[in-house]
Amino acid sequence: MKRLTPYLLALPSWMWLAIFLVVPMVAMASVSLQTGNAIDGFVMTFSFSNFGDALSRYSTQLLRSLLYGGLATLAMLLIGYPVAYWIAFKAGARKSMYLFLLLLPFFVSFVLRTISWSFLLADNGILFGTLKSWGVLPEGFHVLATTVAVVGGLTYNFLPFMILPIYVALERVDPRVVEAAQDLYASRTAAFRRVVLPLSLPGVFAGVLMTFVPATADPVNAQVLGGTENTMIGNIIQTAYLTNLDYPTASALSFTLMAVLLVGIFVYARALGTENVLEAAAR
Amino acid sequence: MEPLHIPALVRGMTQPRTRRDVFRMAGLSAAGLALAACGVQGKKAAPPKADAVQDYWSKQTKHGKVVFANWPEYMPEDKAPLEKFKQATGISYEYKEVIQENAEFFGKAEPVLRAGQSLGYDIVVMTNGVQLQHMIDLGYVVPLDHSKLPNFAANAGEKYKNRSYDPGNVYTVPFASGVTGIAYNTKYVKDDITSIEALFDPKYKGRVGMMADAQEIGNFGMIATGANPENSTEADWKKAGEKLKAQRDAGIVRKYYDQSYIDAVSKGDIWLSMAWSGDVFQRQLAGEPVKFVVPQEGGTIWTDNMLIPKGAANPVDALMLMDFLYQPAIAAELDEFIQFVTPVPSVQDLLKEKAKTAAGADKKALEAMAESPLMFPSEADYAKLHSYTKLTTQQEQVFNPIFQSITQA
Repeated sequence: MKRLTPYLLALPSWMWLAIFLVVPMVAMASVSLQTGNAIDGFVMTFSFSNFGDALSRYSTQLLRSLLYGGLATLAMLLIGYPVAYWIAFKAGARKSMYLFLLLLPFFVSFVLRTISWSFLLADNGILFGTLKSWGVLPEGFHVLATTVAVVGGLTYNFLPFMILPIYVALERVDPRVVEAAQDLYASRTAAFRRVVLPLSLPGVFAGVLMTFVPATADPVNAQVLGGTENTMIGNIIQTAYLTNLDYPTASALSFTLMAVLLVGIFVYARALGTENVLEAAAR
Repeated sequence: MEPLHIPALVRGMTQPRTRRDVFRMAGLSAAGLALAACGVQGKKAAPPKADAVQDYWSKQTKHGKVVFANWPEYMPEDKAPLEKFKQATGISYEYKEVIQENAEFFGKAEPVLRAGQSLGYDIVVMTNGVQLQHMIDLGYVVPLDHSKLPNFAANAGEKYKNRSYDPGNVYTVPFASGVTGIAYNTKYVKDDITSIEALFDPKYKGRVGMMADAQEIGNFGMIATGANPENSTEADWKKAGEKLKAQRDAGIVRKYYDQSYIDAVSKGDIWLSMAWSGDVFQRQLAGEPVKFVVPQEGGTIWTDNMLIPKGAANPVDALMLMDFLYQPAIAAELDEFIQFVTPVPSVQDLLKEKAKTAAGADKKALEAMAESPLMFPSEADYAKLHSYTKLTTQQEQVFNPIFQSITQA
């Protein structure tokens, strides 16, 4: 009995994995190979061509999603790292307040936050309307319905997921390590580059993972903030599922997206190097 | 670069799998695939036979209870029409505002109905369109007993009695209609817009909104190319598609909108847009500088329809409520609140009567309603209004990609 205890204790998590991960994935894999329509029903025909068809029809949107996701991730990194650094090292006693402020927008629904940007950035809204009336901006200037708006929306919506892991990594850096570097005649820049930055890389890695994947798959920002040729793969999948009831295409696209993202992450993990497990992370 | 350390995560992602692991995973997936390979059953239903319908209704009795599932803002807050129904018939009601979107509602209802279970609603309201057609094709709608719908027979306008999506009102009766036309912001558009060509005018480059819905935008493409959506062919769809693609490629369209188009028009992000009549009327009452016009080439008319879903517990009570809403006085009370097009034409006269006895702001509002072409389209307006294209499942698979390749490029 004692030997079984650990397995019994693990049972709920295994059940959870089976019910919410394995079963849906297998069902989706199955549907992605079927043909038919919602009225006459779908039959398993092992049509691997579903993947080819979907890919050739929607390769533009898939590549665009990867591009937008990549750009947004880069922007988040450039904005997020300094913020995390500042909170970890310079915010002093008010650290937790700043972290709370960072999370505060999450008390409002994701979709509502995105829609409120469309109000803020309206062509003649409080921001651009004012600037236009001062003559700072030309009359036809607009941000909504452009690529900039979509990538900006993605950056805004997922930013905290970049900042928090980096913050956690930086927070663990022992100040004495930095002092030691400076005692050894490292300049401030050198100390950052050779000591702090490497120690924070696990956070960067986690941050990129947690933002690139959802940003690439997101349908909301493109729909609310985008224009005519900003459709992302998430929008295509949503339409295929809900409007067209074309479950095979939707499943095939979801799988393709997942595969592309997984390959990307594997390559990324390999590129950053992984052999040594440093104690800093295990602590 | 220094080595990294999120030990478990990174190890899991980068360490090679042993061959045995791979086989195990493959075996598991194969078993799962086999399990799930049976497919999704389709259930296309044959049209109902008259005696079967009679047989069904002869077995039903009044239960004194009805559950009505409808869209938001489609019933006065005090539920006066339903209260009157309760007083007149003794049938108690439950009113639920649970339908926000046809696709979403159908997506949720379909598995329940497929499993032969009841939705728990006796009346459901759906727009004529693909999802309603699916409901009918799949046999999820109870055919109506018209001998129990005398008010509908007496009071519904002729145009609401024989629509292409449900000839002879076998399954549905209209709840309210609206028109798809053009809305424009008079602050930016100084000309009077009369033609659908305004939506294709390079003068308004980047300031035109079109709808993302394949049916809606397809209809406008067809009207602009001189085809009638109601009896259009694949050639018409392709021609419309080309026109719409040229419009997009010339940068005239700013965005393909869902319901949010009306905010964009009233804020001035776009100057003119395809629009639904009721939305514009509500903005006008709020004092915003928006105008609605049915283009001279034509617009479309859509209808939200009441139907009884299969498995409904109280079909007789549901039928009684449907019929009750066709009493002119009740229809007038309802329309005064929802401000869309009522299927009961005599409501216009009732509103005019009421305006005579009212005073002040009420009087003005009532007069505006009774005269509004958005609530009571004239014969000339109706002549220009087309119904949606009726599509078979096969046609739908041709129709949707033509227009979605434009709106979701």
